[in-house]
Amino acid sequence: MKAKHQRLILALVALVGVGGAGVLAASALRDEAAYFRTPVEVAAGKTEVGEAMRLGGMVAKGSIVRQADGLTIRFVATDGKASVPVEYKGIVPDLFGEESGMVADGRMRGDGTFVADRILAKHDERYMPPQMGDMPKDMKAAPKA
Amino acid sequence: MIAELGLALLWIAAALACLSLVAGALFLRGGPKDLATLVRPASVAQGVLTAVAFALLIALFVRSDMSVELVARNSNSLKPMLFKVAGTWGNHEGSMLLWLTILGLSGALIAIFEKRLREDTLVATLAAQAALSLGFFAFLIFSSNPFKRLPVAPPDGQGLNPLLQDPGLAFHPPTLYVGYVGLSVAFSFAVGALITREIGPAFARTMRPWVLGSWIFLTLGITAGSYWAYYELGWGGWWFWDPVENVSLVPWLAGAALLHSVAVTATRNALRAWTVMLAVIGFSMSMVGTFIVRSGLLTSVHSFAVDPERGTFLLVLMAVYIGGALTLFALRAGSVAEGKKFALLSREGSLVINNLLLTTILALVLLGTLYPIVAEAMGEKISVGPPYYNRVAGPLALILCLVMVAGPLLAWRKDDGKKLWSRLPLAIFAGAAVLFALILFGGKVGILPLLGMTVAGIVAVASLAPLWGRNLRRTPLPTWGMVIAHFGVAVCLAGMGAESAFIKERLVAAAPGDVVKVDDFAVKFVGVKPIAGPNYTAIEGTLIATTPSGQSFMLRPEARTFPGLMGTAPTETNEAALLTRPGGQLYAVLGQPVPSDDGTADRYQLRLWWKPLVWWIWLGGALIAVGAALSMLGRAQLLAIWRTRRTRKAQERFAP
Repeated sequence: MKAKHQRLILALVALVGVGGAGVLAASALRDEAAYFRTPVEVAAGKTEVGEAMRLGGMVAKGSIVRQADGLTIRFVATDGKASVPVEYKGIVPDLFGEESGMVADGRMRGDGTFVADRILAKHDERYMPPQMGDMPKDMKAAPKA
Repeated sequence: MIAELGLALLWIAAALACLSLVAGALFLRGGPKDLATLVRPASVAQGVLTAVAFALLIALFVRSDMSVELVARNSNSLKPMLFKVAGTWGNHEGSMLLWLTILGLSGALIAIFEKRLREDTLVATLAAQAALSLGFFAFLIFSSNPFKRLPVAPPDGQGLNPLLQDPGLAFHPPTLYVGYVGLSVAFSFAVGALITREIGPAFARTMRPWVLGSWIFLTLGITAGSYWAYYELGWGGWWFWDPVENVSLVPWLAGAALLHSVAVTATRNALRAWTVMLAVIGFSMSMVGTFIVRSGLLTSVHSFAVDPERGTFLLVLMAVYIGGALTLFALRAGSVAEGKKFALLSREGSLVINNLLLTTILALVLLGTLYPIVAEAMGEKISVGPPYYNRVAGPLALILCLVMVAGPLLAWRKDDGKKLWSRLPLAIFAGAAVLFALILFGGKVGILPLLGMTVAGIVAVASLAPLWGRNLRRTPLPTWGMVIAHFGVAVCLAGMGAESAFIKERLVAAAPGDVVKVDDFAVKFVGVKPIAGPNYTAIEGTLIATTPSGQSFMLRPEARTFPGLMGTAPTETNEAALLTRPGGQLYAVLGQPVPSDDGTADRYQLRLWWKPLVWWIWLGGALIAVGAALSMLGRAQLLAIWRTRRTRKAQERFAP
């Protein structure tokens, strides 16, 4: 094979590879990029039941209710405009509490409850997901109990 | 006085960097030869002085000198000594000084030890290294002076975030930094070689140990960081696809591509322009990473200490360095004549495919990380999560592993497809055996873990193939290094696959005396007791895990409470307990007490995981680093010199 052909083949391989990766990335981004949702978006019906997503919001004051099994908690996540009931079975991470920011992985159930598989741990109590930047200032600055 | 001395040393070191840059530039433009002799000692002195300044900052932390703002904000006199020392780099200013220290010391090392390069290329390299340092000196002195005094010294400091008070995290950032900065040396070599147009095997051989070295540290840093997140955060996961994790993965991918392409340039004098390009990309990626973490452009669960002004400063630095290097590349790449020819089916060809795949994964990870910023600029707030990364990076990584199987078995320059197949039957058999075993006995396994474990089986056998039929004692160290590193990839992959496919979880509210079954273990919850640590109090649970054969092991998970200092709220952390067995790890987390309504003994939330082969993930990471280290040792000049001396002595002895 001549060197010229060879370079051509290599360039084609590279092109196909990069093109394929681009298509893969574009389709994955379209399907999965709307990964983070706020309660307003949930209320607006932007989410589908059963789709993997991340929910961010503030834990509403006085909303944490423990269930009899000692493991499941229910609370309300809010962004000041809308609220979503959340159910979580497990050990809540450090820095989780009422009136503090909360981010959870999980999916919506048919009855409108968000079932969390995991509530995310944070390094820092100042952490705030960018999507929650629109929340009223006084809610963000709410002192922890 | 210590703080003032430290700041003065920084200024002198910055002046020396300036001297190296100017003298080097004048020499390269045809100035007198004396200028070149100035550059080496100036580089050495700059590195040493920066290191002394860093040592002085450590001393301030050790003495808990609260009149220094940085110490007051990040340390506390009650902290254990290890964390006082680690507090030095557990913050923005200190970590930037550490960065500069490593940058300066590596410049000094090049100046002292590098003998293979032409003098002008060496001067150009050192001048480029000085130019890098100079930007960071300006950043440190003007926007984040670590030695700043407070007008009034507070009685005590604010302390360090309790989650960061862990030996793993004390050493994790410096390890990563050595890796990032090692890539800066490769960058400087590339710039130096572009300036003097000396791009060839000699340049590649000089750059190679630096690339290997930095990649070893990046590998160790990422592995250690992953293990830290696994046991300290109490969520039991080992990779999160968080922006801060991604920005350390991206330079690692660039480093992996670079160390394979530099091998081609060093041995076969091909892929020259590509190697130089990758060296530029590698360091650019570590700068992009630093910028993202420091600027607060991306919020991450790992984010800390963000400041927009610093972000702007870093952005300007980045634009100057990356833009400058790319412009230089564009001007000179044409004059880098084409290297030697090779066929597509050859060692070189497989390495080209390896590089294409690695850079594609790099681009996709970077895309996912930066996409939210672009989307936000266009008025949409989104976030890219694990489903995206698993979908794009998973399949490509598996293809990459298959290329890794074939590559080492191919001859340089040109090989025969039929011969390649004849070398593979054992590996294919191993993969098929794993696949059948999983389908028959594995139950319901997801497609990605299934493929992962199958490929792991193929890679494990194939990675050992280069040793086949060789005299193992005479096999060169770099070959051993490659075999071990590739085997490490198989181990890592097997661990990831097995953990995600066969993990078992139990979540209970247990009263003292209860027994919980998880996999083959019967775990008895004995009870809890309060304990006191050096700067925290904790509830410690006692668990006894018994295997079917009757062996018992004690596990003690803790829930710690750190008192709030200077008016801040107390912080709580979970210390998971780990029991490591040959087949995996038992992972226990103690949660909150469950209030009882009938007045019986209090129950506690308890989460137990059986994670099969999970520690193989980090063992694999360590093996990859060991392999790279052997490869580096085998190529280090010192060893070669020592060997030739020994053989010469032996020859002299037997001479008639």
